[in-house]
Amino acid sequence: MRLTVDGVAHEVDVEADMPLLWVLRDELKIKGVKYGCGIAQCGACTVHLDGAAVRSCQVWAEDAEGAEITTIQGLGQPEALHAVQAAWIEHQVAQCGYCQSGQIMQAAALLAEDPAPSDAVIDEVMSGNLCRCGTYPRIRAAIHSAAARLREA
Amino acid sequence: MGRLKTFTRRAFLVGSAAVAGGVAFGIYTVRKPHENPLADSLAPGEAALTPYLRLDARGVTLITPRADMGQGAYHVQAALLAEELDLDLAEVRTDPGPPGAAYWNTALAEEAAEFSVPSEGLMRTVAETAVGAVMKMMGMQITGGSTTVPDQFDKLRAAAASARETLKAAAAHQTGVAADKLRTENGQVLLPDGNALPYAALIPALAEVEVVQDVPPRDPAQWRQLGQPMQRIDILAKSTGTQVYGIDVEVDGMVHAAVKLNPAQGGEMRGFDASVAEKMRGVQAVLPVAGGVAVVADNTWRAFQAAQAIEVQWGPAEMPATMADHWQALAGAFTEDARDSRQRDDGDVDTALEAAEVIEAEYRAPYLAHAPLEPISAVVRVRDGKAEVWTGTQVPRFVQKNVAAIAGIATEDVTLHVQMMGGSFGHRLEDEVVKRAAEIAVQMPGVPIKLTYSREEDMTHDFPRQIAMARLRGTVDAGQVAAMDLSIASPSVMVSQMGRQGISVPGPDSQIVAGAWNAPFAIPHHRVTGYRAAPLAPISSWRSVGASHAGFFHNAALDELIHAAGADPLAERLRLCNDPLARHVLEAVGEMSSWEGVLGDGRGRGVALTTSFGVRCAEVVEVRATDDGIRLEKVWVAAEVGRVLDPVNFENLVQGGVIFALGHAIHSEITYRDGRAEQSNYDGYPAMRLYQTPEIAVRGLENGDRVRGIGEPPVPPAAPALAGAIFAATGTRLREMPFAKFVDFV
Repeated sequence: MRLTVDGVAHEVDVEADMPLLWVLRDELKIKGVKYGCGIAQCGACTVHLDGAAVRSCQVWAEDAEGAEITTIQGLGQPEALHAVQAAWIEHQVAQCGYCQSGQIMQAAALLAEDPAPSDAVIDEVMSGNLCRCGTYPRIRAAIHSAAARLREA
Repeated sequence: MGRLKTFTRRAFLVGSAAVAGGVAFGIYTVRKPHENPLADSLAPGEAALTPYLRLDARGVTLITPRADMGQGAYHVQAALLAEELDLDLAEVRTDPGPPGAAYWNTALAEEAAEFSVPSEGLMRTVAETAVGAVMKMMGMQITGGSTTVPDQFDKLRAAAASARETLKAAAAHQTGVAADKLRTENGQVLLPDGNALPYAALIPALAEVEVVQDVPPRDPAQWRQLGQPMQRIDILAKSTGTQVYGIDVEVDGMVHAAVKLNPAQGGEMRGFDASVAEKMRGVQAVLPVAGGVAVVADNTWRAFQAAQAIEVQWGPAEMPATMADHWQALAGAFTEDARDSRQRDDGDVDTALEAAEVIEAEYRAPYLAHAPLEPISAVVRVRDGKAEVWTGTQVPRFVQKNVAAIAGIATEDVTLHVQMMGGSFGHRLEDEVVKRAAEIAVQMPGVPIKLTYSREEDMTHDFPRQIAMARLRGTVDAGQVAAMDLSIASPSVMVSQMGRQGISVPGPDSQIVAGAWNAPFAIPHHRVTGYRAAPLAPISSWRSVGASHAGFFHNAALDELIHAAGADPLAERLRLCNDPLARHVLEAVGEMSSWEGVLGDGRGRGVALTTSFGVRCAEVVEVRATDDGIRLEKVWVAAEVGRVLDPVNFENLVQGGVIFALGHAIHSEITYRDGRAEQSNYDGYPAMRLYQTPEIAVRGLENGDRVRGIGEPPVPPAAPALAGAIFAATGTRLREMPFAKFVDFV
């Protein structure tokens, strides 16, 4: 099976129904994608499939074939940050940081759709992403900040 | 005699009665300088100044004995070190270092002593010394109790100050320039002629000079960085998916394991049929472990799938069958025989209760899972009489000891690599996952085994927060609270938790009444009694431990009495408050929230104050009753911590603590049926989400003379302040968590 992840094509030999999450983590060793619940309750495994935010624990490997898969590590790198990542740093969002890959991917997808989301929209779109440390006030502020960065860019 | 005399004089300086009290040898034993755990791991070219930092060709590395589960422990410790060593914070590397008895947690010992001897002075010192001696002997290298900052504040600064002066001495030795003519700046010793010697260049000269002892840390007035907003040292990695957590560890030749454990907590595994699982793709082995079965495979998901396919015969759990039975066990514990402590007994409660109409109420707090977002995992490899472990843990010495026992090797033959943790909240004070991984590893010698618990295995085998119940009897008189008799029953979390490590905990359990017995209110007749229920479900420390239930009970009970007296919740607390530091935090939240009593228009406010881990923390919660349910509008928090070391991280931790507490108070409980947890994932165990999160204003106060940690103290006041707000808005008095069982929330 052929998967394109962060712009790189990979050949993987996995079951058709292996969740994309585990293909990414265990087969391709892309560890920025996190396992939290396995049932789409936490959002830690969020990646982009052709630009749309999806829970990679719910996507079968065969359904990701042919799609452009983007992970947190393809969104931006430490030396070339995406605007959302830069805003996450500006607001010092992370505590344990484990959910933040998923939060950032969800926020990036939101901003690609809606460049100036209201608090109500942010609440609605981001409430599928769980943060046990409770960094939500900073997530909200960072999304507004990232939106401003993207508009200026 | 000369040596003994020297020792006696030293011991006298820190607590003479500890010697006279018959613990002199123990004190002497533990006061012997502990073996420096870094000595063995130093490569040629490295010089160890103290056990808290390492200097090598790459620069300065913080050797941190305290673990990071998201609270920023590495960051704040690095900042303490950077401040004294004149380093750029971004240049400080961190290394969890090897487990070592020298890293025992002094502040945790002091916290334990406070309950047995609440007064200041000599007896307090004696108790601290005795408890501390025991903990030191056990090598209690623990991260917990919000102690990282208080414990490390003096030790790290002293170590770094000593290092700085020793570097200057080395530079003086090397250059012939007097040390007092030298300065340090940006990781270098500056010479009067303008030349600069990088610290690393002084490594050879360090061998030629004595360590400069007893250097006082800098006056906070001179701080360049501490107290100012800083960029957390882990923020870049955690914003780019490049932070490596325990679950991400890769070791050459590693295989992936999953377990299927007895869903009846603690029950045995009586037999299994793995014929289907063994034929599944990627499965390499199916092996028994304590209380269950493990699958070893080439991929985590395949291991999870195969584990589910095993048929297992389970033994029963040793706990009551229904929750009604659990609650009944607590209700039945309010007896003289089960009385555990009465550290608060002011006035004459019995007479006061006979003299007026008695207000009675009962309160409940449920079992709660820790459920950090990173499921627990461990990599263990056992070969040739040695073991190596990679895991996120708050208890490195226990991990080392337990893996050694399972592998049948010496403790010092276990090498532990402590990993960054994706949350904990006390979860990683337990090390069951490491033990299971070690049990697999000894059956597959030489193969690194990574055991990852599925979310379901993790949640259903968590040792949750204790269940607890309280009963109030109280009176009011002439518009004031007159008498409060609060009885609290709970199993002992300390006995359950330490028991799993083979450690017995004698004496009363402070955690049954933590945050209640020490409530800083001069109620004329005031009694707080702890009752110890028999063990029920196995339990463990959950963020803020006993104060998470007792802080709720005391504040909620006080609110009922204040209401009966017709007084204002904040004004009456201020009138009763007999602790200046606590008064300041109450006044602060009053000012921040512009507290003005009744709000009307469906809005309501509640206030609560708890002292936990030495931190006075007050919170005001405001809610609005809407057609869709209760909406959380705003929270104001003030906490007294002596010094705020990083205001941004401080605010983040306080807000997070409030959200954690409110989320659980509203939504969460673990219930058992025949010993089986009925919630196994976040769908059955909901938490606060972004849409429910109120605005949270935070103020750190610095009136106290001791620096305190802030990881836990914001938790206890949140639930009672919310309950008070809901009462003010709706007239519904909530006495049991989770509140969503009784009222709707937006």
